[in-house]
Amino acid sequence: MGLTKKSTCLGALKGTVGVNIKSSIEIVVALAGNPNTGKSTVFNSLTGLNQHTGNWPGKTVSNARGGYRYRNKEYVLVDLPGTYSLLANSVEEQVAGEFICFGRPHATVVVTDATCLERNLNLVLQIMEITDRVVVCVNLMDEAARKRIVIDLERLSALLGVPVVGTTARSGRGLSELKSAIEGVAFGRIKTSPLKVDYGKTLERAVKELEERIGVLAGERINERWVALRLLEGDSPLIRSINSCLGFDLEADRQLRQKLADIRAEFMEKGLSSEEVRDVMVSAIVKTAEVIGRDVVTFNGKAHNRLDNRIDSVLTSKTFGIPIMVALLGVVFWITIQGANVPSALLADGLFWIEERLFVLFGRIGAPAWVADILVSGVYRTLAWVVSVMLPPMAIFFPLFTLLEDLGYLPRVAFNLDHYFKKACAHGKQALTMCMGFGCNAAGIIACRIIDSPRERLIATITNNFVPCNGRFPTLIALALIFFAGAAGALGSLAATLAVLAAIVLGVGITLLVSRLLSKTILKGLPSSFTLELPPYRKPQVGKVIVRSIFDRTLFVLGRAVAVAAPAGLIIWVMANTSIGGASLLAHGARMLDPFARLMGLDGYILMAFVLGFPANEIVIPILIMSYTAGGVMVEPGSLAEMRQLFVDNGWTWVTAVCMMLFSLNHWPCGTTLWTIRKETQSWKWTWVSFLVPTITGILLCIIAAQGARLLGLA
Amino acid sequence: MNENLIPLDKLPVGTSGKVRKLTAKGNARRRMLDLGMIYDTTIESLRKSPAGDPVAYQIRGAVIALRSEEASKVFIKSVEH
Repeated sequence: MGLTKKSTCLGALKGTVGVNIKSSIEIVVALAGNPNTGKSTVFNSLTGLNQHTGNWPGKTVSNARGGYRYRNKEYVLVDLPGTYSLLANSVEEQVAGEFICFGRPHATVVVTDATCLERNLNLVLQIMEITDRVVVCVNLMDEAARKRIVIDLERLSALLGVPVVGTTARSGRGLSELKSAIEGVAFGRIKTSPLKVDYGKTLERAVKELEERIGVLAGERINERWVALRLLEGDSPLIRSINSCLGFDLEADRQLRQKLADIRAEFMEKGLSSEEVRDVMVSAIVKTAEVIGRDVVTFNGKAHNRLDNRIDSVLTSKTFGIPIMVALLGVVFWITIQGANVPSALLADGLFWIEERLFVLFGRIGAPAWVADILVSGVYRTLAWVVSVMLPPMAIFFPLFTLLEDLGYLPRVAFNLDHYFKKACAHGKQALTMCMGFGCNAAGIIACRIIDSPRERLIATITNNFVPCNGRFPTLIALALIFFAGAAGALGSLAATLAVLAAIVLGVGITLLVSRLLSKTILKGLPSSFTLELPPYRKPQVGKVIVRSIFDRTLFVLGRAVAVAAPAGLIIWVMANTSIGGASLLAHGARMLDPFARLMGLDGYILMAFVLGFPANEIVIPILIMSYTAGGVMVEPGSLAEMRQLFVDNGWTWVTAVCMMLFSLNHWPCGTTLWTIRKETQSWKWTWVSFLVPTITGILLCIIAAQGARLLGLA
Repeated sequence: MNENLIPLDKLPVGTSGKVRKLTAKGNARRRMLDLGMIYDTTIESLRKSPAGDPVAYQIRGAVIALRSEEASKVFIKSVEH
C-alpha cells in the first residue's frame, strides 16, 4: 500500500484517532453504518472473539477493533459509532467522520439495512464524498426477503459506482463475498467511481472554485471536494479537524479566504443564508438517495410493516402499553426468581462440599488453624456465597433481558415512558440507560454515553442507581420471599414477585422525581431535542443471545464481583474475629451505628452490612447473617425459614424488612459503579453528588417509613 | 402559495401530510433533515404513546418518535385520502 503515515495524516491525528497502524502489514478497514443495521453482528461475524474494546481517546465514545485474516493478509476492522449522518454535530458523527477522513482506512464498509435501504443511502452518499474506497454491505437480506422486499444489488452497485454485497450477517451469508470485495477495494484491484451528489448549479460552481485552491494547498492528502463543501457550510467542527490534520489553517490562505468571501457575498445576494446552504446540501443527498432507492428497491408485499404496526399498536397502546410493560418485567423477574432457586441451592451445596474438603486439605498440609480459617472461612466462603447467590439469577436474567433487547422492545419502553422523562426535564433515552441499570448500574452508566447533552447525561448518571441492579435483586428477592411470601411454592413466588415489582416501580418513580429535582436545581435546563427510532422487530437469535449475554454480561459482572468479594471477605473476617474489650470490631461498629440505624427502622448490624457491602451489594445479606450468628464466619446459606427465624430472633418486623428493601434500593452506588462514574464524568464533584443523592434519599425514605409506621401504630 | 399549513403535532393519527417548512434551528434542524424530512416528504402519523406524547411517525420507511416540541417545528400540508 502506498499510504505511509505521513501521507495519511495519521501522524498528526494519532492522538484523536487512536489507532496504531502498521501500514505495511495490516489492512485497516473502517466499519460504518446507521444504528440498528446489524453492524455489530457484521463486526462480530468477521472478527469472532478477536476484539478489543476501549474508548476513542479523550471521548466517551466506545471504540471496538477486531482482526481477521483473509488470504494471508491481516485485516484490522475498526467499528465506528453508528450514525445516520456525518453532518450533524454529535460526538459520534465527529468521531466517525474524522476516522474515515484522516485515518485513511484502506477500505470503508458501510453497513445498510435492506429493509430500510433508502434512508441508509444517506450515509453511504456522505461517506463516498470523503473516500473512494467504499464497499456497501446490504445487511438483513433475510428480513427483507421475509417482508418481500427485493433489492437489485447489481443495479445499486452500478448506480453508486462501488461494490455492493448482500449479507445476512447472523447466519454468515455473504461474508466471504464481503471479505473479497474489501480485499479488492483495499488493494485497488476493484476500481471504484463513487457517485457524486449534484448540489445544483450555484453550489457546484462554488465548489469548483474552492476545490482548485484547496488542491494546491493540501495536495493529495485530502478530498478537495469534501473540504470545499465543509467550508461552504461553514462553522463545522470538522473544519477544525481538517486544519489540525493539515497542520495549517486553510482559511489563513488569502486567496482561499477571498474566494470564500466572494462566494458568500454572492450567496447573500441570492438570498442563500448559511443555514439554507446546509438545507440545500442535505436535501440534495436525501433526494439522490430517494431516486436510487426507487430504482433498486421493489416492495412486493402490501404494507410490509403491517405486522410491526399491529404489534406496536398493542405494545404501545394507551390502555395496554404500560401494563404490558410492567407485566413483561414481572414475568422476567418471576422466571428469574423461580428458576434461580434450584440451581442456587445445588451450587451452594457443591461449593460448601468443596469447602469441607479445603479444610481437610489445609489440615493435612499442616497449615496453622488461623490460616485455614482466614482463607477458607473468610475468603472462600464469601466467594462461595457471592457465586451461589449471584450466578443463577444473572445467568437467567441477562439472557432474558438481552432477548427483549434483541427483539427491539427497549425502544418501545422508551417510547412509552418518554412523556414522564420529558416532564422530569430529562432525556428520552434515559429510559434506556435506566433499563440497562437493572442489569448492572455500572453498565447503565456507561450506556449514558448515548445521551448527547452533558446536562441530561449527568442526570441520567446520577439517578441510574435508583433502579436495583442484579447485585441488589437477591437482597430484595430474599427479603420479599421471607417476609411477604407466607406460603411456599408458586403462590409465594408470586407475592414475592409483586413485592419486588413494587420496589422497581418505586425506583422508577424516584428516578423521575430526582431527575426533575436535579434539573430544577443544580442541573438547570430544558430537555434537548431528540428523535427516537422504533426499529422493526427482529427475530432474536436465541442461541447467540444466550452465549453473548453469558460471556459479555454474566461472566463480566460475576468476575468483577468475585474480584471485590475476595478481599472484602478477608477484611470482614478480620473485623469479625478481632476483639477489643470482649466484642469484635464488627460489633463495635454496629453499636456505634445503632442509634442512627434505629431511626431509619434498621439496626446497627444492617447498616454496618451496607457499609461493608460497599465493594459489592450482593454480600450485604451474607455479612448480615454472619454478624447475627456472631460466629465470626458467614454461615452456610440455609433454608429461607431458618433465615426468617434468625432475623425475627434479632428483633425484625415487617417494617425492618420494608426499610431494608428501601435502603437497598436507595443508597450509595457500589464501588465499581462509583469508579465508573468517576471515569465517565472525569469529575470528583459529580462522583460525590452521585454518592450523596441516593444516600440522602434512602435515609430520608427509611426515616419516613419507620417513623410513619411507628406513629400510625403499625409496628 | 396560500396552502393551509399545520404543525406536524396537530396531524391526526392515521393521516398523512407533506413537509413544507422546518422552523427548527441548528442541530435539531440538522437531525430532522438527516431523517429525510426535506421539502415534499410524506409523513404519516402512526400512533401516540400512552401519554399522548411523543408520537410515532412513518418517515421514509422508518418509524421515528418525536416529542411535540420537535413536531411543532415541522409544518406540513395535510394530504386528503
